[in-house]
Amino acid sequence: MSTGVPVAVLETERPWMLTSVQSTGLAGIASAAVIAAAALVAVFGPLLAPYNPDLPNLSLAWIGPGGGHLLGFDVQGRDVLSRLLVGARTSMLGPFVVVIVSVVTGVGFAVVAAWRRGAVDAVISSGLDILFAFPGILLAVLATAIFGAGLPAAAIALSIAYMPYIARVLRGAALRERSQPYVAALEVQGASATSICLRHLVPNILPLIVAQATILFGYAMVDLAAISFLGLGVQPPKPDWGVMISENQTGIVQGYPLPALAAGLCIVAVVIAFNVLGERLFERAQAGRG
Amino acid sequence: MLLVSLLVASFVIFAATYLAPGNPIAALSGGRSLPPSSVHVLEQRYHLNAPFFAQYWYWLSNALHGNLGISITLRENVSTLIASRVWTTGGLVLYAALLILVFGISMGLAAGLRPGLVDTSTVVLTAISAAIPAFVAAIVLILVFAVKLGWFPAIGNGTGLLDNIRHLTLPALALAVSSLAIVARVTRAAVREEGEREHVQTAVSRGIPARQLIRRHVLRNAAIPITTIAGITIASLIAVAAVVETAFSLNGLGAYLVQSAQSKDLAVVQGISLLLVTAFVVVNLLVDVLYAVLDPRVSLGSRAT
Repeated sequence: MSTGVPVAVLETERPWMLTSVQSTGLAGIASAAVIAAAALVAVFGPLLAPYNPDLPNLSLAWIGPGGGHLLGFDVQGRDVLSRLLVGARTSMLGPFVVVIVSVVTGVGFAVVAAWRRGAVDAVISSGLDILFAFPGILLAVLATAIFGAGLPAAAIALSIAYMPYIARVLRGAALRERSQPYVAALEVQGASATSICLRHLVPNILPLIVAQATILFGYAMVDLAAISFLGLGVQPPKPDWGVMISENQTGIVQGYPLPALAAGLCIVAVVIAFNVLGERLFERAQAGRG
Repeated sequence: MLLVSLLVASFVIFAATYLAPGNPIAALSGGRSLPPSSVHVLEQRYHLNAPFFAQYWYWLSNALHGNLGISITLRENVSTLIASRVWTTGGLVLYAALLILVFGISMGLAAGLRPGLVDTSTVVLTAISAAIPAFVAAIVLILVFAVKLGWFPAIGNGTGLLDNIRHLTLPALALAVSSLAIVARVTRAAVREEGEREHVQTAVSRGIPARQLIRRHVLRNAAIPITTIAGITIASLIAVAAVVETAFSLNGLGAYLVQSAQSKDLAVVQGISLLLVTAFVVVNLLVDVLYAVLDPRVSLGSRAT
């Protein structure tokens, strides 16, 4: 964008048009810290949990915090903190699988479409357009109706539903890279298409891929938790943040909101972190291309 | 393209349920063993021995005539079951869409045009609310407005128009909250970007009044990205409604789809999936039509970037 002298003058006269330089650093670092903490809990959660997360004791149901139980007990008298810590694993692993599968397939389709162009690109692009007709949650519900409720069916369905969003953005980026002089230079030198794509083209769009994957993680986490909340994903009594909300939903109207709210807060905190970090990475990827 | 999408989508829905494990005769008989003559009658009636594509054709042509088969759990026409629930979901999605358009766009405009406190607080607030899933919003809204304050009912549909609206208010808010935040953020960014464009700066230098400047030069150009994001988020509500309906015990299509998925009532799953996919595709089509109205360049086929 060409901004000459008059613009600078105008901006001092009309301050509402100024773009404030956002302090990007702090929020990004805080987000990365939240994600790192959540990942650590996902790996070591079962070791950190102070009590058995699956041991019900109905005489303790809905008892509030106290006596070494920092967050009290849930609907079946299980320790809420332990269930949150152990549940982090399924809550994080599901979105992780969805992101890996949809990003790998999405990058594959995007690069092949951009490289071959012509008919191949037309077939892939219209195939992606048709996949857009399926909202993620609907495809996941359909999959669980057929293959039975559970995390694997829901995760695979969501991966398929998200793939076109990834592929569409990356196809554009890959097409721009494809027309760069360095690609032509490598072709002249006799480098194979596979080697140019894997060693040069994909690494060059990697910042964009990582930014997309980060943003996608937040969406996948929300949708998978929603499916578990609906009873079609992770099956109780297995601890999972989405399952914990549906199990303890009755506590909301009965005056014991803490267990459901604590699980909801975990989801929201992790999703905010992924959204904020993803946006920062996206801005950087865009700026880097200049 | 619309018809191709719908045809492929209907094929996927049918093929998926066709491939589902389980014997259709056993499902129809409720697990009892039937005499061979009854099995033969059922096979004839439901074309169970016909080739796969013939079966798909029977199902699709019936569906186009409004006949979606019979629910195996309720023994009623799927079309009747859907018709009695479609207004709950339709009303919920429309209500939420209205909230998103009115509050999302006005929040975004306010933030985009007024840097400082309004802008900063909107940016922080929307970053948080964009990450709130509908079911988390649902439990918080029930806790605050139904249990603590008692302003709105926590569950159910209600009777009569006004009571319906009262019952749908919390669900619509829960459904709208994250999309509203996303629309506000995109609106803010679009207004900012247009405000910096050269033609706007030129108009400023010529002393065009701010009100006219915003309406004719900033908003008209910002309308395209705002329409895109509003279209995507509102279309996605059609599927997310299932979560909100379940959380508020509403008698809608989405909640019914989830129950049918759990009880493997596949005729209902097929019927509702087909309807929701159609609605989703039609909303996306409407957005495309709206582009051409907003931006004449689109209909000429050369979309300026």
